[in-house]
Amino acid sequence: MNTIKRFAGMVWILMGPAAIFYLIKTASEEITKKPVLDTKIQWIVFVIIFIPIAIGLMIFGWFALKGAYDRLPKSSADLED
Amino acid sequence: MILASSVGTLIEWYDFYIFGSLATVIASQFFPKTNPTAALLSTLATFAAGFIVRPFGALVFGRLGDLIGRKYTFMLTLIIMGGSTFAIGLIPSYETIGVFAPILVLVLRLLQGLALGGEYGGAATYVAEHAPADRRGYFTSWIQTTATLGLLLSLGIILITRHSLDSDLSTSISKFNDWGWRIPFLVSIILVAISIYIRLKMKESPLFSKLKTEGKTSVNPLKESFAHKGNLKMVLLALFGATMGQGVVWYTGQFYAQSFIENVCKIDFEQSRTILIWAIVFATPLFVVFGKWSDKVGRKWIMLVGMLLAIFTYRPLFHQLFSISDTTNKKEQVTRNEINTKLIPISNTGNSIRKVTSTRYFKEGIRLIEEKTDTLYAEAARVTLKPDIKTSKLLNDENYRMMILIVFIMIVYVTMVYGPIAAFLVELFPTKIRYTSMSLPYHIGNGVFGGLTPFIATLLTTIYTGDKLVGLYYPIIIAGVCLFIGALYIVNRKDPNINN
Repeated sequence: MNTIKRFAGMVWILMGPAAIFYLIKTASEEITKKPVLDTKIQWIVFVIIFIPIAIGLMIFGWFALKGAYDRLPKSSADLED
Repeated sequence: MILASSVGTLIEWYDFYIFGSLATVIASQFFPKTNPTAALLSTLATFAAGFIVRPFGALVFGRLGDLIGRKYTFMLTLIIMGGSTFAIGLIPSYETIGVFAPILVLVLRLLQGLALGGEYGGAATYVAEHAPADRRGYFTSWIQTTATLGLLLSLGIILITRHSLDSDLSTSISKFNDWGWRIPFLVSIILVAISIYIRLKMKESPLFSKLKTEGKTSVNPLKESFAHKGNLKMVLLALFGATMGQGVVWYTGQFYAQSFIENVCKIDFEQSRTILIWAIVFATPLFVVFGKWSDKVGRKWIMLVGMLLAIFTYRPLFHQLFSISDTTNKKEQVTRNEINTKLIPISNTGNSIRKVTSTRYFKEGIRLIEEKTDTLYAEAARVTLKPDIKTSKLLNDENYRMMILIVFIMIVYVTMVYGPIAAFLVELFPTKIRYTSMSLPYHIGNGVFGGLTPFIATLLTTIYTGDKLVGLYYPIIIAGVCLFIGALYIVNRKDPNINN
């Protein structure tokens, strides 16, 4: 199971930039198609919000790849150590 | 204690939802399309409050809750939310004070988003820290009912107000659109006052009090939550393995379903809302059932099975909603069709407003109503260039009940993913940084991934116009990724000891 967790980590790392690329591509296409203020704000908000989340997904993938999720704490109290 | 916490949280959700439910009326009062600044502020009010400010509120108030305590922090969020909501109801319209009106609305809406970002984590943490270890899922599930009940309360108060302003329904609706919309906002102050009174009598969380007495509270909750790898990995797991999927299932089952019924199926305004109201009424007890069950079998699989069912059944369920209302495949009873014309003279002009209402009957019990409004000019050669045409469908009892059943099923999925999630989040993080750590993934999952569901789903239908159900790919894909991550990485545990 831990091997699958680590292997899947690579998938999450790759999904981050793929999501950012798709987001920016779609945003620029939609703004070009309908260059009104509403469309611009809407897509700028999407890009601003989702880029940090995509980076978070890459960090999650990195942790998984490095085995940080191989063994999770049994209690929240363990996190204080 | 559960009731005292839940009432306040319910009122905060109510306050947050009435703005969304009255968006059209508010737009006409404060954000005229003719003024570009007002239109810009309108878009910002819609997007910024729901999606940017909520996670920010989670950080601000989460930190405060871990530093000074749960009780005073979620009291503060309640006051900010209630005060902002009440104030929105008092703002003069754009016609009276010009651009200041939309600016004030935007500021107050941002405060609402900020307050909501702080409220939920506080209430869930507070209740969980009072709950017996083996009943944490049950206790916190009452908090979980509040988001849905807040939506129910907002829909109910809006419908009642729309009907109560005059004995004639159309006059009552007209009065509501003119000034009556303010009532649901103003009512909030009474609800908030009651809730503040109740919360003032509450005691601080025993776990937080213990930490404070021992001098063990966090000095920098943000740093400890997000800069320490051990805790950050749990925050990321909570987001990508649970709250992200929960958010899209929550918003698809309630908001997108309602939007789909009203805008795609074209069901009458009141029927579309009462369908949601009945489905919520029947499904809400299941939040508590699944919360309680999670105390026995763990949180993980109840949430993930809810996501799995949503992924595999959303398309057939929405297809069924559409086909119930689709008149193209139904037999028309032409002999029963009616056309009514009403002329309302416009004083001193010789012109009249003409309203033509045509009703078409279908054998399967659906009525298709088209209202066409234009101006009948005194000069015979002059015609209205673009008449206003509104189409709606009225369902018979059988179809109406069928739609309630379908929405009910979708809300059952909501209760599965949402009922146990407060206990799940609380148990992931230690007491001293619990408020901060659980609030952020919750508000990104619920506010950003979930809150964007109606927008993204509708956007997809405008890009890929061939498939009316294409919007569902957004919640299906997000829930699918979340399900995979959750199944692989989350441990199905019930933490008996969060007391350290």
